[in-house]
This record gives sequence, C-alpha cells and structure tokens, in this order.
Amino acid sequence: MSQGDHSVAFVRHDPLPPQAPPVSQAGLIGWLRTNLFSSIGNSIMTLITLYVIYALLAAIVPWVANGVWDASSIRDCREQLQGVNAACWAVIEERWPQLVFGNYPPEHYGRAAIAFVLLFVALAPVLYFGLPRKMLWFTGLYPFLTYWLIWGGTLWIPVMALVGVVVGFLVFRVLEDKSFFGAMVAALAAAMAFWIVLTAPLADALASVLPLALTPVASREIGGFMINFILGTSGIALSLPLGILLALGRQSSLPIIKMICVVFIEFVRGVPLITLLFVASVMLAYFLPPGTNFDLMLRVIIMVTLFAAAYMAEAIRGGLAALPKGQYEAGDSLGLDYWQKMRLIVLPQALKISIPSIVNIAIGLFKDTTLVSIISMFDVIGMIRGPILSSTEWFGVYWELLGFAGVLFFVFCYGISQYSQWLERKLATDHR
Amino acid sequence: MTSISDPAQPAFRLSMLVNDTRYRGITFQIIAFLAIVFFFGWLIWNATQNLAALGQDISFKFLGEQAGYDINQKLIPFVSTDTHLRAAMVGILNTLLVAFLGCITATIIGVVVGVLRLSKNWLLAKVMSVYVEIFRNVPVLIWILIIFSVMSNALPSPRDFRGDDASASMVLDMMAFTNRGVYVPAPVWEAGSGVVVAVFLASIIGILFLRRFATKLLYDTGRELPVLQLSLGLFFVPALIAYFVMGSPIGLDTPELKGFNFQGGLKVQGSLIALWWALALYTGAFIAENVRAGIMAVSKGQTEAAAALGMRPGKIMRLVILPQALRVIIPPLISQYLNLTKNSSLAAAIGYMDITGTLGGITLNQTGRSFEAVLLLMLFYLLISLAISGVMNLYNNAVKLKER
Repeated sequence: MSQGDHSVAFVRHDPLPPQAPPVSQAGLIGWLRTNLFSSIGNSIMTLITLYVIYALLAAIVPWVANGVWDASSIRDCREQLQGVNAACWAVIEERWPQLVFGNYPPEHYGRAAIAFVLLFVALAPVLYFGLPRKMLWFTGLYPFLTYWLIWGGTLWIPVMALVGVVVGFLVFRVLEDKSFFGAMVAALAAAMAFWIVLTAPLADALASVLPLALTPVASREIGGFMINFILGTSGIALSLPLGILLALGRQSSLPIIKMICVVFIEFVRGVPLITLLFVASVMLAYFLPPGTNFDLMLRVIIMVTLFAAAYMAEAIRGGLAALPKGQYEAGDSLGLDYWQKMRLIVLPQALKISIPSIVNIAIGLFKDTTLVSIISMFDVIGMIRGPILSSTEWFGVYWELLGFAGVLFFVFCYGISQYSQWLERKLATDHR
Repeated sequence: MTSISDPAQPAFRLSMLVNDTRYRGITFQIIAFLAIVFFFGWLIWNATQNLAALGQDISFKFLGEQAGYDINQKLIPFVSTDTHLRAAMVGILNTLLVAFLGCITATIIGVVVGVLRLSKNWLLAKVMSVYVEIFRNVPVLIWILIIFSVMSNALPSPRDFRGDDASASMVLDMMAFTNRGVYVPAPVWEAGSGVVVAVFLASIIGILFLRRFATKLLYDTGRELPVLQLSLGLFFVPALIAYFVMGSPIGLDTPELKGFNFQGGLKVQGSLIALWWALALYTGAFIAENVRAGIMAVSKGQTEAAAALGMRPGKIMRLVILPQALRVIIPPLISQYLNLTKNSSLAAAIGYMDITGTLGGITLNQTGRSFEAVLLLMLFYLLISLAISGVMNLYNNAVKLKER
C-alpha cells in the first residue's frame, strides 16, 4: 500500500489556487480598457471628450466659485471682483424673495411657504402607495386650504366650496346604483346649484358669526416661482380628468361626441400655447357676459388646463389603443355597463401604460408655465426680465439669474422624471 | 316552454330614450350637440354685445392699412409704409425660416447625440445623457434667453474690431460675430450664375436617381455601388465645373468695417441665431431620446442575423437597423418638428419678428384688433401644423411596414 502512495506522489492533493486575472482585464485598468480605450478610435474620442469637459469646467467652475455673495449692486460686485470674470450671486442673495414670491406681501411669506410644504404632504399618498390611505382625505382638502392660505380672505368661502363638493358627492352616492353617468351629471348639477345659490349668503352668515379670515392678497401680487408652481400643479391636476374624458370621447362610438373631441384636441394641439395665452389675456374678456371681470390668473389656469388636457387625451388614447381588445370584450361579457367597464377594467390598465407620456406632458406643462411672462405676468422669468434686470442696481446680471431659474426648473423636472421611472418599475406586472 | 319566436316589440315609450341602449346614445349625442351649440351661441352673443358696447366691429380692413413700423430681419423687402398684411407676410416667412433651420439642425444634433448615447465609450455616452437631461428639464424660454444674452452681451461690439490692436477679429476674415448681429458673406449673383444653379439642381436630381438605381441594382443582382462616394462626386464636381466654365459668376460680398459698423454682406440678427440654436438644442435633446428608443427597439436578433450573414458593422447599421428604427423614430419626430414650429412663437420674448411678433405683437397693439389678429395667428399655426403632419404622414406611410 505504501508503494501505491509513492506511485501517486506526483499527483497534487489540492487544486492550484486560481491566478489573479491579468492586470489588463480586471479592476480599474480592465474597466478603462473595455469602456474608454477599446480601440484607437475610441481612445481618440475619449481624449477629445475629456478635453471638452475640461474646457467647459475650466470656464464655468471658477466663474461660479469666485462669485461675490455680498454686494449691494452690480457695480459693487465689479469693484469687489476687480476685473476677475466671476458671478455676482449677490443678486440672488438680495432678490430671492422676489424670484420666489413675486410681490407677495413679505409678512405673509409664511403662508405661501406652508402651502408649499403641505403640497408635498398632499402629494405623498398619491405618489407613494405604501402610505396610509387615510392621508388621501388631506389631499382632498388641500386645494381649498391652499386657496385660503395663498389668497387669504374669509375661511368660509373655501369651506362652502368644499361643502358644495360634499353635497355633490352625497347626491352621487344616492343615485349611483341607478346609473353611473346620470349620478355624475346630477352630482355636478347639485354642486353647481349649491355654489351659485347658497355659497355667498351662507359664507356671509358664517363669517358674521365667526370671522375667521386672513389678510386678502390679490392675484397680481402673486409672482415669481410661486406662479409657475400654482399654474403647473393646478394645470396638471385639472387636465388629467379632462384628458381622460376627452380620450374616452375620441374613442367613443357616438359620432357627434367623437367629432367634438377630435376637433377640440386637434385644434388645441395645432396652435402654440402662447396664442392660447393671448386669448386668455386679450380675447377672453370679449366672450364673457358684459361686466364680468375674471381674474387673469384664473383665465390663464383655464387655458393652461385646456391646453394640457388635449395632450393628456392623446397620451391616454395611446394607452387605450395599446390595450388588447380582449380586455374590452371581457368587460362586455361580464355584463358591465360602459362606465363600469372603463372604470374597473380598461382605465386602470390604460393609465398604467400611459404613465411615461403623462409624466412627460406634466413636465412639459410645468416648463411651459414660463410662457406667461410673455403676456406680462410676473412669474420667475417675468420677474427676472422685468423688475430685476431693469432695476438700476442689477442691470446686466443675466447669467446668474437665468442660471438660477434654470437650476430651479431642472431640480423639479428631473425629480418628476426620476419618480416616473421608479413608478414604472414598481407598476411593471409583466415578467420579462 | 320557451318561445323561439321574437318577442313582441314593446311600443316606444319616452323613457326608452334614456334607458334603452338602442336610443340612449342618440339622446346623449343630441344633448351634447345642443349644449355645444348653446355654449358657442352664448359666447358669440356675448362677443357681439361687448363689441357693440365698445363701438367696435369685426373687420379685416386693418390688414390693408399702413404698418408704420420697421422690421430688422426680413426675407422680402419691407419698409414702414407697407401694409400690415405685408408685415404679416414678413413674419410668416421669418417663422418658416427659423422653423426650417431649427428642424434641420435639431435633426442632426438629435441623430448624432442619440447614436452616441448608445456608444460603447462610457464617457461619451454619459456626456451625451447629461446634455439630454440638462436640455430636456429646463424650459426652452430660459434657453432662448440665455443664448440671446450670449449674442447680445458676451459678443464684442463692432467698435472692438477697429484699430491695429483690435480686441476682436473676424472669423476667416469673412464672418464677424458682433453684439449687433452676425455678419456673413452674401452671395453676389452675376450673369451666368443661373447656369451654375441649374447644373447644381440637376445634379441633386441625378443623386436621387442614382440612389434609386443603386437600390434596384442591390435588390436585383446583389451588387452594391459605392453610393456615398458617387453622390458626393455628383454633388460637387458638375457644379464646380460649371462654375469655372462660366467664369466664376457667383461672387461673395464680404462684410467690412466702415466707420462704427459693418457694411456689406448679410446681417443675421442675434435674435434669429438665439432662437434657432435654442430651439435646435432643446428639440435636439428630445429627438436624441426618440432616436435612441428607435434604435433600441430593433431587436438584437436582427443585428446578430445580419452579422451571421457576414455583414460588417457599418453595413448592419445602414442596411438592417436604421431602416427598421426609422419606422419607430418618424412618428415622434413629426411631433417634435411640430413642437419646434410652435415653440418658435417664443420669438416674441427676444424681439425676433416672426408672425407672433408682427401680427400678434406690433400690429395687434397698434390697431387694437386683438380679436382678428389672434384669430389669424391661430389659423396660421393650425395650417402649418396640419401641413407638416400631412407631409410627414405621407412619408410615414411610405416607410411603414407593409402588412398583409
């Protein structure tokens, strides 16, 4: 047996330890070789790109970093810089309330700030499904609360508006079993009747009993980034339901309904938003009964909503068309009526498909709110181009201000698009 | 016992208009139609009341009146004594000019960036996605204003070009970038230049025929012509020969510094360049995403199949991937072109005299005819949108997959 041991002495008892991969294939060098220098052409491209990045950073970073934060005017800035080419951030330091709030009374900045913070509380349950569903109640209250916080005045007007909604909802619940659509119409009519007939007297009566009021702020005092936010959020929130209705109308088998929706969608999509804003600012007054004076902000919100609704409708139509026909037929074969079928089977799936395009439209709408500066509303761009750049202190400080506005928009828009990608991954039910 | 004969038709009752699915649709449609008619009737009635109260009427006569303002950027001659209609025409041409330039530039940027974002070079791909994200997430109005402030503030004034130790100099001794606009050489057409242009146009038609012939040859015999080289040859050689045979009939009028400003050449307003490049860079970022999505939509099997047939990477891209990707890319590309054209109305912000600046701006303010001006403005954009989508749909139909 010992012989046997000797005869296999040249066989190893344990395997060779694995060798480290060649330096050129692993680690940092390997990564560089595969991703940056895989061929001569690639290497040249990498070097050119590096040079371009270097040139850009060399131009921008010192300009940003050497900027002056403490100065009273552009001349003061230039004196402090002594010929060095750098930013004058002092303008943002000094004018940021104007950029963010416009001419909103400074003593009430807190109200606007609370409304802004509460927006995220209200949006949270809509955006993240993991949160308690009860928070949606707050989301429902939020529009009324915000109106009160931002515009001020008596609390009872928004409360009565809310009561009108509750009245409509109760009417809907009572009639729901008879017909979904009929109940909707009846609820709308009841709410309308409540608002038109009862709101003003009831609010007056309650205000005389318990005067809960904030100092009123006129719409024209609201400005800066606040306008972009108000227009963006209300436009997006209102255009989604309208867009769903338009999309359903366009897919409808009823020719007249379909025609109305097609004409509306194609008309709105065919003209630039700026012409619709012109309509809001100069033409809409002609179309209203003589003597009515409509707030410009409200007119613009209406136009922005109609504009976004047409695009939303097209996005949702894409989702409706992408849904297999079997889903519609399944709804029919279960004996559901049109609204049940749409509500319970078709729309949940169609909306999921259209999330990316809906989010793109929402981002586009938020960016397009800057266009109101052209009809002389003082949003963040209007503020920059108007009061700030034409002031004697800050004449000629373009880059810093426009850069600041650009960064503000970038943060929000990029955030929204990242959220939508997360949502898409979360809602993906197909197993690929 | 069940009856197999049709049940007796119940007599028509009024409640069936709401409850019976056969009639309900018609009822709803009539209600909707009446509601729309009443709504518009109400709007029009209000409008007539308001106009009567103001002592105004709807009339397009103002288009024939003297405009009384000057336009600095124009493609057709215009003086301030011309009519508002002609001012609107200048505006329309300016809109079309910036839309045309913008669409071409945006397409080039979009295709290059879209392809480079898929590059194997990690750094290049990252840089391109940074470009796309930055431009997509900041409003186009801000880009227009930023580029416009480059054009009007960062560039040297014509005065800086003067003297021996001038702080600014002309590019290639031909172009001058100043804060009052960009001066480029203007072509001077002399006798005989028509022949050169005709030869050039003929060679472009020749290129189109060559490409068609090359495709046919490829499908019939499998032989491939060097189309790119032949096209480039056809593009330059005949026109150059004609140019020299006719004795150099096309000259260049280069801008020269005279006194405090440049004379001669072609002056391009800074506002045009700002609008053009802002729209091109902004829309280019969106087109890049469409191009990338289109290329990624072509399944990997197609590339592998082409490689298995022995095709080289360049050829795979040109003959297999691009033709299929184009089908996915073109519909969103059309809507990007439409968006660019509509966004060109932001010219109003920087004083570029497009149709929004002339008809919807100065004309509207001078005549007070807001009603008519906005109406015409909308009509114009509507027509443009319909025209672009019509042309592009024709093209889309030509390239789309032919199924059964």
